[in-house]
Formats: sequence, C-alpha cells, structure tokens
Amino acid sequence: MSSDTIQADEAQPALRAIDRVQLARKAGRPGTLDYVTDLVSNFVELHGDRVFGDDQALIGGVGMFRGRSVLVLGHQGGTNTRENVARNFGMPKPEGFRKARRLMRHAEKFHLPILTFIDTSGADPGINSEERGQGTAIGESLMEMIGVKVPIVTTVIGEGGSGGALAISLGDRLLMLENAVYAVASPEACAAILWKDASFAGDAAETMRVTAADLDRFGIIDELIAEAVPAHEAPRETVAVVGDRIEHHLDQLMDRFDPANAASVERLLANRYDKFRRIGAWHEA
Amino acid sequence: MRSFFHRQGKFRPRSSDEGSENQAIPEDLWVKCPKCEEVLYSRELEQNAQVCPKCHHHHRLTARQRVATLTDAGSFDEWDQDIVPEDPLAFVDPKGSYADKLAQTQAKTGETESLITGFACIRSRSVALAVADFPFMGASMGSVWGEKMTRMVERARDERLPVVTVNASGGARMHEGLFSLMQMAKTVAAFDRLGRERLPHFSVLVDPCYGGVTASYATVADIVLAEPEAMIGFAGQRVIEQVTRQKLPDGFQTAEFQLEHGMIDLIVDRASLPATLAILVDHHMGFSPQVDAVDMDLDLTVIDMPEPLPAQRTGGNGA
Repeated sequence: MSSDTIQADEAQPALRAIDRVQLARKAGRPGTLDYVTDLVSNFVELHGDRVFGDDQALIGGVGMFRGRSVLVLGHQGGTNTRENVARNFGMPKPEGFRKARRLMRHAEKFHLPILTFIDTSGADPGINSEERGQGTAIGESLMEMIGVKVPIVTTVIGEGGSGGALAISLGDRLLMLENAVYAVASPEACAAILWKDASFAGDAAETMRVTAADLDRFGIIDELIAEAVPAHEAPRETVAVVGDRIEHHLDQLMDRFDPANAASVERLLANRYDKFRRIGAWHEA
Repeated sequence: MRSFFHRQGKFRPRSSDEGSENQAIPEDLWVKCPKCEEVLYSRELEQNAQVCPKCHHHHRLTARQRVATLTDAGSFDEWDQDIVPEDPLAFVDPKGSYADKLAQTQAKTGETESLITGFACIRSRSVALAVADFPFMGASMGSVWGEKMTRMVERARDERLPVVTVNASGGARMHEGLFSLMQMAKTVAAFDRLGRERLPHFSVLVDPCYGGVTASYATVADIVLAEPEAMIGFAGQRVIEQVTRQKLPDGFQTAEFQLEHGMIDLIVDRASLPATLAILVDHHMGFSPQVDAVDMDLDLTVIDMPEPLPAQRTGGNGA
C-alpha cells in the first residue's frame, strides 16, 4: 500500500456522509468525458434517440478500451454555466434514456461489451420530460439492460441519483469510487419531505447510508475503489485507477463469455438476474 | 373540475397519513365527494365500488377493497403474506425510527406491507394479482414489495398464469435507501423473464402512481390501463413546480393526459375493469374471448375512448 492510501484511510472517519455527497458533486471531479478521454481511444460519439432528439446529459459512443471495442454510456454535466444549460446539469430527459436503450441494442447486435459511468443528480423533473414519458423511458431502459446479451461494467464515479442513475446501472459488475454516493433520493429531497426542511440534508444523508462504504457493507456494490486523495485533487490518477479496476472486471466477464454460445449467454443473463434478485432486506415472520 | 385538479396538485409522495380519507369508512356515515362535493351515503359509495354515483369520481381504494371490486368473490388466495420488512439502515427522521413507523402503520392499516399478492379469478380467468395499498406509507416500494412481486411473477411463470398488477405509489421508500431503488431492477428483471415465456403482464395505474413504480415495471407492461382521472407521473407536482418555477397546465399528469401523450393503452372505468381484463387475458392466453356471455356484464361503450378524429376515419385505409 502506498503512503497516500494509508493516509487516506486514517483521514476517512472524519468524513461525514454529507461531506462525501459534496465531494461527489465537486467541480473538477472527473466526469464521463474525462474517463472517455483518458481510457478510450478512437472514440466516436453516437447521438440521438431516433424519436425526438439528442440528450447531451447522457452521452454514448463506441471506442477502444484496453484492447477491446466497447460501447460507453454515461451521464455528463457541465463545467460552466453554458455547458450546464446544454447538458441540463447532467439530468437526462426521456430522449437520453431512449438513446441509451438504442445504443444497448446496438452493442448487443455487434457484441460490444458495455461500460457505463454514473454521475447524475437524477432524471430531469420537468414538464416536457413528463409529457414525453420520463417514467416509461427509464422503465424501458431498465427492461433493455437487464436482458442485453453482452457483459456490462457499471461504475459510480460521482453522484448516483435515483432512477436517472439506475436506468443505466444494471451491470454485471457495479463498482463505486470511495467518495461517490448512490441514493434513492437526494439528501435534500429526503430532508424536504421527512424533515420538512432541505437544510437537514446532512442528517438525511447520514441515515440514508449513501456512501460507497455503506453499500459495500450491504453487498450492493461489487467493489469499492479507494481514492488516495479526493478525485478532484488527482483526476487523471483516479481515472487511471478506475480504468484498471474496470479492465480487471471486464476481463473476468469476457473470459467466460462467448456470444456465439447460447449457454454462455444464458449464464451471463442468469447471473445478472440473480445479482439483483437477491437484493433486499426482509424476513419471513 | 378546477377544484379537483387543485386538490390533486397538493399530492405529495410522502409517507404520512395520506390516502386515509377513503380507508375504513365506518358504516352509516355520510361522506363528501372531493370532486363534486356531494354528500354521499357511505354504503351507497361502497356498493358502487367507491365511484361517486353523482359525478363518477373514482375514490381511492385500499388493496383489500380493490381485490373485492376486481376479483370473483372468494377467489383471492394470498401469497407470501409472511414476508415482512426490516430496517436495514436503522433509519431515523424527526418523527422517530423507521422500525417504529412500520409498527404503527401495521397497527393502523392491518396490513404488514404496502403490496399484497396472490392468486385470483377475474370473471373466472385465473391470474396472478398484485395490488398496492396506498394507506400503507403511501404505497412506497421497498424490499418487501420487490420480493413479493418477484416471487409472484416467478410463480406465475412456473404456473403459466397471466399477471395483473394494480399500481398506486408515492415512489420508492426512502427509509430503505438503495435497497428500495434496487427493487425497480429486481421487479423489472422478473417481468422480463415472464415476457420471455410470452406470458402477459397487464398493469392498471390508479390514483396516485408516481416515482420508482412509474419508472419500472408498471409502465413497461404489455398493456397499460388506467382509471379515469388517476394522477400518474414520474416526478411529483410540487417538485416540478419548485424546479421549473412554471405553472403546471390544467390536467397535467392525469390519466387523460397520459393517454393523449401516448403513454397508456386505455382508460377504463372501475366498473368495466374486470370484463376488460377478462377479454385481454383471453386474447393473450389463446382463449376464445367469451364476449357474448351474459354474466360478463360487458359494456364496451363504458370504456372511455375519445372520439376518433375525422382524419382517422377517412385515412389509414391501406388496402
């Protein structure tokens, strides 16, 4: 272990859940495009849902990752006001989820494994999105992803916000950076509803157990990727480490996968089914 | 009409006492219809499946009331009622712990959770049926919902039964954190497998249906039906107003709005729902629809379809 890692481990107990929420949202934290830039060569971005429009909050394309052609999907916000307007602060509309679904089908057709990067505060809650079926679009993306016949590695790199994050998260492996968060609702929304005051987001974040360490403990994620220093302080190093971990998991999945072998495809889908099938906290009285 | 929409606009997907207005109405009580404000005799409302005899407003039903109005008397055989929730996060909010909230809600509603599942007959057709209970924490979807739904769908697949779900929800249950969100994945996965066996899923969206349920299995069913004027959406109206700072259009997120925007197949009156589902089961399970059977009490004119536009009458003749 490097001294950096040891130092980070010692510093960790001081970080509250809300601190991690803020780190996950920090300006300068690497986003999907930063991962694409450093990890994916010959990337060709593919646009549009073929129905209504192109959503710049959820981007996709084909490229070469560590010797393999892959399909990449990920949320992307902006780094300044103009970009944030163009990318709707990384909150996808129905056309974003429909683009994702189209590209998942594309990946299946051409036997391209899928890498997804999760970084959104949630699906767009606007009038137009409701008119175009935001709920249906997310549901369709989930339905497609659970049955897509190629391996999928999902990494939560920043904020995993509710259904908009889940829509492209049904991977065979779910990885998560140490200072990323993944939540059923934003701590602010939870506080607004249950505390009647969004300023109690810190309390809500704590009790909602949104951190990678929590989700690792619950067995919901497959790997917690340590951040030697918060990702925004060492963006390129973080991206490289994440790339290594994705490669490790993708290698494992691809070693056992043969798209021409029906039994192999069935095994992939059965394992994916079981992965989500077992998640829950209940007992029989 | 305006006052009705105004009332609905105040709907918040929170887990307090909402929806209690229609539950457990004592016998011999007068109730006021929230839409037409007519004072109604509760027994009359009960006999009319909680549909206002004056203005036709569909009052909300508890899960048990729904089973009673939808299925053949005595046919419902409940499954997995022993599956009960846990408090995996040790969740606390200003009102106390989730564990206490569950105990209180269970005592108040008489239900163990917000979803009941089982076998039922609808006009003599065998189905696997899941019904959400809105009075139970706003029919929020947590681990028990996901597990019961998944077990039901898996059993339907094994026993080759069509599936009917009646969906109301305020969204995923925050008190179970990411466990709740993951139930969207789990239920969708089960329905995906059901579909691969070419067994149909008929989803009925009832007032109100929001959040994670709308964004998972409920809207990607083979056929999506809705009750008249049911409020259906992904984001709640208060959230949309806060984020967009725009006035929401009249009729926004009603079943009629969803039909107009192509998101649902059909709006069906409560009285016509059993017959409609029976016909749909027949068509999709390879049975010959018994539309002429007297006991079906079928009146397709009750099914609320908009008048076709003149262009549709004359056009579309490809022959």
